[in-house]
Amino acid sequence: MQTNQILALFCGTLLVLGLIAFFLGRAKAAKVRASGTAMYAQPDQYAWFSVLSTAGPAIAVGAVGAFVMLLLGAEIPTLYLLAASLVVGCAGLVMGINLVRPDFHARKAIERVIRFFLAGAALISIFTTFGILLSIVGEALRFFQMQNFWDFITGTTWNPGASFLEAAGRAEEGASAAQFGSVPLFAGTFMITLIAMLVAIPVGLLSAIYMAEYAPRRVRTLAKPVLEVLAGIPTVVYGFFAAITVAPIIVDVSGVFGLDASFNNALAPGIVMGIMIIPFISSLSDDVINSVPDSMRQGSLALGMTQGETIRDVVVPAALPGIISASLLAVSRALGETMIVVMAAGMRPNLTANPLEDMTTVTVRIVAALAGDQEFASAETLSAFALGLVLFIVTLSLNLVSVIMIRRFREKYRINNL
Amino acid sequence: MNIQVAERSIAPMTGHSAGEPVTRNEEAHHELSIRVRDLNLWYGDTQALKGIDIDLYKKNITALIGPSGCGKSTFLRCLNRMNDLIPGVRIQGLVEMDGRDVNEVKMDEVALRRRVGMVFQKPNPFPKSIYDNIAYAPRMHDLVSRKADVDELVERALRDAGLWEEVKDKLHQPGTSLSGGQQQRLCIARAIAVQPDVILMDEPTSALDPISTATIEDLMDKLKQQFTIVTVTHNMQQAARVADYTAFFHLGELIEYNDTQTMFSNPHTKKAEDYITGRYG
Amino acid sequence: MSQSFDEISAQLRRRHRKSARLKWVSMGALGLAALFLVLFFADMLVKGVPAFQQAQIQVEVDYSEQASQLPLAAVKEDVRPLVSRGYLRLIPGRMEDNPDLLGTTRMEWVLADGQVDQYLKGHHTKLSGSEQAVVDTLVDQGRAELRFNTTFFTSGDSKMPELAGIAAAAMGTVMTLLVTLAVSFPIGVMTAVYLEEFAPDNRVTQLIEININNLAAIPSILFGLLGLAIFINFFGVPRSSPVVGGLTLALMTLPVIIIATRTALRSVPDSIRHAAFGVGCSRWQVVRDHVLPLALPGIMTGSIIGLAQAMGETAPLIIVGMVAFIPDVGASFTEAATVLPAQIFTWAGEPDRAFIEKTSGGILVLLAVLITLNATAVVLRKKFERRW
Repeated sequence: MQTNQILALFCGTLLVLGLIAFFLGRAKAAKVRASGTAMYAQPDQYAWFSVLSTAGPAIAVGAVGAFVMLLLGAEIPTLYLLAASLVVGCAGLVMGINLVRPDFHARKAIERVIRFFLAGAALISIFTTFGILLSIVGEALRFFQMQNFWDFITGTTWNPGASFLEAAGRAEEGASAAQFGSVPLFAGTFMITLIAMLVAIPVGLLSAIYMAEYAPRRVRTLAKPVLEVLAGIPTVVYGFFAAITVAPIIVDVSGVFGLDASFNNALAPGIVMGIMIIPFISSLSDDVINSVPDSMRQGSLALGMTQGETIRDVVVPAALPGIISASLLAVSRALGETMIVVMAAGMRPNLTANPLEDMTTVTVRIVAALAGDQEFASAETLSAFALGLVLFIVTLSLNLVSVIMIRRFREKYRINNL
Repeated sequence: MNIQVAERSIAPMTGHSAGEPVTRNEEAHHELSIRVRDLNLWYGDTQALKGIDIDLYKKNITALIGPSGCGKSTFLRCLNRMNDLIPGVRIQGLVEMDGRDVNEVKMDEVALRRRVGMVFQKPNPFPKSIYDNIAYAPRMHDLVSRKADVDELVERALRDAGLWEEVKDKLHQPGTSLSGGQQQRLCIARAIAVQPDVILMDEPTSALDPISTATIEDLMDKLKQQFTIVTVTHNMQQAARVADYTAFFHLGELIEYNDTQTMFSNPHTKKAEDYITGRYG
Repeated sequence: MSQSFDEISAQLRRRHRKSARLKWVSMGALGLAALFLVLFFADMLVKGVPAFQQAQIQVEVDYSEQASQLPLAAVKEDVRPLVSRGYLRLIPGRMEDNPDLLGTTRMEWVLADGQVDQYLKGHHTKLSGSEQAVVDTLVDQGRAELRFNTTFFTSGDSKMPELAGIAAAAMGTVMTLLVTLAVSFPIGVMTAVYLEEFAPDNRVTQLIEININNLAAIPSILFGLLGLAIFINFFGVPRSSPVVGGLTLALMTLPVIIIATRTALRSVPDSIRHAAFGVGCSRWQVVRDHVLPLALPGIMTGSIIGLAQAMGETAPLIIVGMVAFIPDVGASFTEAATVLPAQIFTWAGEPDRAFIEKTSGGILVLLAVLITLNATAVVLRKKFERRW
């Protein structure tokens, strides 16, 4: 029998069993109640409990069996598995009906199950993190078995082209050995992130200052969502914008100054990424500046300070932990940004300080290694996971530091408000 | 533009504005610092101050008392135009200092606040070191520039505020690391460091414990040698202890303005008497 | 003696100027951000709106015996390069479906080649001088014009720009988002309910909370790596399929929904809970009957915003292979599919200039949908917003 048919059979039978359990349970509870005995729960609750005690074990057995087959590769005949789970279901049905007694807390039992499920759902986010970690670490380890870790961290040449041949066992025929020196990739990532921050931090912070300190209420209520639109535009759209519109402009402008810019220059993705990140900084900074207690401002103004001095010397320093936290989040965001650089930055690993040249980034190489048909054992494919591991560690650290800083900020002002 | 004349008929009832000074301490100067005439203030449609007439004297402590919401804090904030910060506030009338109306268009409110400093209900030290909390404003105002001068000014301000001995070893720790009472004295030191003429205090001790309160009251008594002090207080005993003059506000009106002794022993108005004897408040 | 007002004011002049400068500069920064936005939309509109029109020409179609074998023969030689080859390819099929056509000759409006389209729109074209002359004549005779481009909305991808459309990608997006929603909405809401209403305040709970916040900030491409390593390589979910894409996006959307739901649950005042406890409800009954209904608008708003985010996501989908070339509109969860942003990405890489227009057109559609979704979320929030 096909897996689909077995699944359908299983679901169908279970449904029937569930219905039987429901009506039997309810009928029994109603009868007990009709006899004048006080019960701990409503008949419906007993009914639902019976359904749970029927379906729960059956599904559990089925799921465990399927998981064992998938995980351990053990061949359990699916028909036996089906039969076993349905038998367990019937046993559960009998037990459930049996438990329909006045002194049994059906509602509490149901709620324990519900609570169990809710907690299980909450654990999925943990599993996701571990999933990311495990998958990346596992493949990255395989990569480091093939390639020297130290060369990866310090090497300045990224030339994975030959690894495909190596994987095919024809290394001698390749012109040169594959090299996985990631420094140029990180340099490129760093350069583009730097450009993005040079755009995003001043514009975002000043916008936040304007919105929080100067803007009339109406401007503020309008400006905030408008800035949020910038954050809502898909990155693939920004990438297109950077490649098609901004990069040619930069080439033209550089030409005017007699500079030679590549069409894949780092400036275009950097600037566009900066624009994308503006709302991250402005929105969080705006909140933080707003939460600086008004008494600070009044204290400064009462000393004969101008509004500008008050903002510069009192409000912004007070909000600084929050602003730094926002900027760290933004950096983390820029480091991991993919589509803009894939579409607008170069593919060529290039160790240079000139933002008009083309250079590539970590994320570009990850996509390049994994898009299209892949040979999973090849070092190039696995190098994507090694790069991903570094990216994961860096962004995770930035996020954690950022969370700690914002928490400090909150605690500080709770204390200070006496 | 005319305000109801009837409402302000009781305002300067002891006749200070008419010229005859009330004498409590004979040697005290009774030089005029701030003259207020027919001051009205609205928050939107609500009138919060009604025809206030009052004269505030140099190097004296004037206490403003009255039940909550009577307008005493609002009045205090008119004196250095802190009400400008609140949207929807409308002010009419004269607040005159040094021969100038502080509300006139040409008046620079920043300059005004430099001469009329303020200490707030809750201590609000800046997120800077103790040293910089005090040095910040004088530096910005170009009162001092050389390092030695700044050091001297910081020390003097802290000594005047009676805080020097407690903090001299930790001047570069954040101002927020001090206790509440110390923070408030830091704020006073900060205010006197710019050498204002007038210091406004908005319930400066209401957030403090009794011992800190006593320290600050002693401090106020010393500071009046140099500064004109106007303080709002909820605490009538405090007004009786520290103030030379006391003004009683009720529902946005100045009911009685008198020297403190008279106010507390023999108030001229029934409302003030009821308030002082605790019939409401 | 202290200084007079005038002396102080004179000293202050420079400082006031500086203060004003900060105000203007910060205002300028906000203006700059707004200007970026305006320029961006203007650029996309200018580039993308022409995609909604496509050139058609009126030619004589000869349904001869020869044409059923060799479709090129159906149109005269002079206009042959001007007609879309995609259209010509359909001729034999149409003749089979409709035998009456055989032997007839009809004047028909047919889809023009992409180059004609570019020429009529005034862009650079590869048409030769004589071909351009023919097109000019057709225009003069009223036999060549730009018409609304239905193909763009009804067909899948194609290597010929005049035949390329977003329908397959749109269908792929719908399928993928269905999977995403089906997975992330229940799990997200359950997680939030557990954390807000049930969880004891212990280490595990704190760990989960920190973890969720972190998950929200992890680069999306890493979710792609997870999808590839876990879903595809380990569980054997078919590559490029809406299921794997949807699952990957679901993990990304999860933190958004959790955080939004928690905020919504937290905004329900405790007095409601206390009242319900007071009449003898159990904790679960309180949540189910009183808290969740009140929090529902907030939960919906958050989910819509999360869905909009997932809809624009590209990088992880590239990693799990959802950039496939899909010429036909299909609706299967397990077969290869593509999504709108991935389609945009693919088109952006096409060398043919006509695809710039298609790309921008696709972007306009995507942005329109996203803005609609977000606007719905805002309206929903406004409508059900309640101040306690």
